[in-house]
Amino acid sequence: MIKLKINAVPVSVEEGSTILEAAQFLGFPIPTLCHVEGLSPYGACRLCVVEVGEGARSKLVSSCTYPVEEGLRVRTASARVVRARKMILELMLGSCPQSKIIQDLASAYEVRQQRFKQEYETCILCGLCARMCTEQMMAHAIGFQGRGDHRTLGTPFNIKSEKCRLCGGCIYICPACQLRCTYTQPEKAICGGCANLSPPCLEKPNFDDMMCYMSPCVACEIKKD
Amino acid sequence: MKRYRLQLMVCAGTGCVSNHSVEIKDALDREIEKHKLQNEAEVVFTGCNGFCGAGPIVVVQPDGVFYQLLKTADIPHLVEEHLLKGRPVKKLMYSPPAEKIPIPKMSDIPFFSDQTLIALRNRGMIDPEQIDDYIARGGYKGLVKALTMMTPDEVLKEIKSSGLRGRGGGGFPTGVKWESCKHAHGDIKHVICNADEGDPGAFMDRSIIEGDPHAVIEGMIIGAYAIEKVHQGYIYVRMEYPLAIKRFQIAIKQAREYGLLGENILDAGFTFDIDIRRGAGAFVCGESTALMASVEGKPGEPRAKYIHTVERGLWERPTCLNNVETWANVPQIILKGAQWFSSIGTGDVSADPWGGSKGTKVFSLAGKVNNTGLVEVPMGIPLRDIVFKIGGGIRDGKKFKAVQTGGPSGGFIPESLLDLPVDYEELTKVGSMMGSGGMVVTDEDNCMVDMARYFLAFTQAESCGKCTPCREGTKQMLDILDRISVGEGTEEDLVTLEDLSNVIVESSLCALGGSAPNPVLTTLKYFREEYEAHVKDKKCPSHTCRKLNTYSIDEKICLKLGHGCHVCVKHCPDAAIIGERKQVHYIDPAKCSKCGVCYDVCNFKAVQVA
Repeated sequence: MIKLKINAVPVSVEEGSTILEAAQFLGFPIPTLCHVEGLSPYGACRLCVVEVGEGARSKLVSSCTYPVEEGLRVRTASARVVRARKMILELMLGSCPQSKIIQDLASAYEVRQQRFKQEYETCILCGLCARMCTEQMMAHAIGFQGRGDHRTLGTPFNIKSEKCRLCGGCIYICPACQLRCTYTQPEKAICGGCANLSPPCLEKPNFDDMMCYMSPCVACEIKKD
Repeated sequence: MKRYRLQLMVCAGTGCVSNHSVEIKDALDREIEKHKLQNEAEVVFTGCNGFCGAGPIVVVQPDGVFYQLLKTADIPHLVEEHLLKGRPVKKLMYSPPAEKIPIPKMSDIPFFSDQTLIALRNRGMIDPEQIDDYIARGGYKGLVKALTMMTPDEVLKEIKSSGLRGRGGGGFPTGVKWESCKHAHGDIKHVICNADEGDPGAFMDRSIIEGDPHAVIEGMIIGAYAIEKVHQGYIYVRMEYPLAIKRFQIAIKQAREYGLLGENILDAGFTFDIDIRRGAGAFVCGESTALMASVEGKPGEPRAKYIHTVERGLWERPTCLNNVETWANVPQIILKGAQWFSSIGTGDVSADPWGGSKGTKVFSLAGKVNNTGLVEVPMGIPLRDIVFKIGGGIRDGKKFKAVQTGGPSGGFIPESLLDLPVDYEELTKVGSMMGSGGMVVTDEDNCMVDMARYFLAFTQAESCGKCTPCREGTKQMLDILDRISVGEGTEEDLVTLEDLSNVIVESSLCALGGSAPNPVLTTLKYFREEYEAHVKDKKCPSHTCRKLNTYSIDEKICLKLGHGCHVCVKHCPDAAIIGERKQVHYIDPAKCSKCGVCYDVCNFKAVQVA
């Protein structure tokens, strides 16, 4: 067992666990977007950053990938951590303002303004769908394409994948577009608060593989031409 | 072996080759044959000399007479005068910009005389495609010493006490890294040479590989021997370096033929081999974990390094990755001893491996200095000496403004800090870094906002896109800088820029994002008045950001010197210039889109910028 202190509360956890797991065990909330139990840690959204170490050597690390160390001191909500999370949420609002989960998180962290150039992306590039497809569904049908700003998710060469079994795991896991595939009963799925009133696949002309990898879609039964 | 009275060393580094040094060699061969000097003089290709701004270069040995900026037409005269009559040709020699007195000998030129060569010690001296040349200059002696006279632990101790630190940028003590890898659990381990040098304007690693590939290979064999359980090494070279790849391939083949790679090296019972892996053009693959993912055949994306690669790296096996220059230093340390190496440089590393910077560092000096090229200097040399002594000062007598060290993610260092000794800690303290060794000098004509924007645009385009701060953050930073440079910035933008930069530095996944805002942060710190001029006065002090300029034509100059030459009218894309031939011209500010073409094309400097 490894002993460490999270927000000055001592805890001992099994070797090989992450800070996130230890903090969740104690009940300290840490927001996550790209992390789901059962899928390999990825460390991409950086929302789960926490502060470790003391004084000048303290630093921010992503708690979902950082393995616990003996005697480690962790602060899950220091001013530095909150400042970083707020900025990351502001950046996400700049790219995906319609996502309910990002709106909720931004609201929880009291992000009241967005100072950046506004874009309207639907995907937050957390990569959960690709990991779900690879690790749980053993299909390996979708993955990341492109680099940096041009990064997208899709099937190889953007054609229908032979590996895809239309299981719907990618849609199930997606944190950004929880309301995406409720087309047949949209009125029941509307939370009333966010801009995501209609499934984004309807807004795009000829909804493409980017929006939904399945044809016909198991949830909304829309069929692609 | 045949002996010659004279040897003409023609530089065949990439810079000189692109300046037609191959034609120079052909011309030399022709002329030598014409004068029937074939038995007296030999023409040899060598690796890069480093003084790339003066290429193509020929050095006549054994006297070391240095000829620069040669053209094929100069060759008949050169051969006749120097080779036949023994009179070196003064007009083809180097003369310092101030004194204008030619310096005949290479070793007397300040660019070369102020350097200390370890990693580049064979530059311009050997044919990099001949292993015998390397051996003749003491090559593989370090390997023989390590394998036959030292135990792996002794080799490791030597490297550790030498104080050698990673030359790729991070400055992690090499001995400590080797030791962690040695002690990591695993039956199969690997060593990797990182030759994915992608910084714009930096070519240290390329030059070492192209000029002395065996030094790197020798270093890797010694490293593999010291770490133990290492039987396969990889060299990751970027695809954009075809000559470097070729030279490595030749060198590896020759080393195998000589029994220096493969099974039972030097009959010491040690087996090790090296393969080459080529990058596919991603800058981020210079980051160790992304590089390893790329070698494995996966997309080149970094992962969190909380578990170090020396414990779990390539294929989850303990892996020791070092930069080209680090590996090239290793044979010399083994051969000449740790004490010799640690006598060069700053600080004390006997107790704390981070306590000092030892040995030398290769920098590629570029930008507005007189002597551009590759320099190897001892650690601790003042930055001023590199720029003004070795670099020969600023071009055209302009005023120095700042020097950027450490590649695209390094910071700008202003005049007031120029006496700073160059070592890992000092550079980090002022907000820059050692990096891989790029050094870009700027003068009064450079706009710091524009420079920061340029380098940020590079890192932004090369971000892999995995983590949010780097992908979205650098994009938004670039957007703000773009707005500032066209006069649409506000004072709040500067605050946002600083806040955003700090969060990107703190929360990014890898060092690319963690250092990408450095150019912006340092320019905001040292040149804030330039930013303020852009956002408050909507003016660019150095007139680089053209959208903020006002262009007008000086009537007197236009008429008296130019006689109304009408060139500006032909080039103006907006038809904003009014005036007939042989008459005064005017710019209509309402139509002018401030592209600055008139300023560029006017031969009489009649177009004024304000």
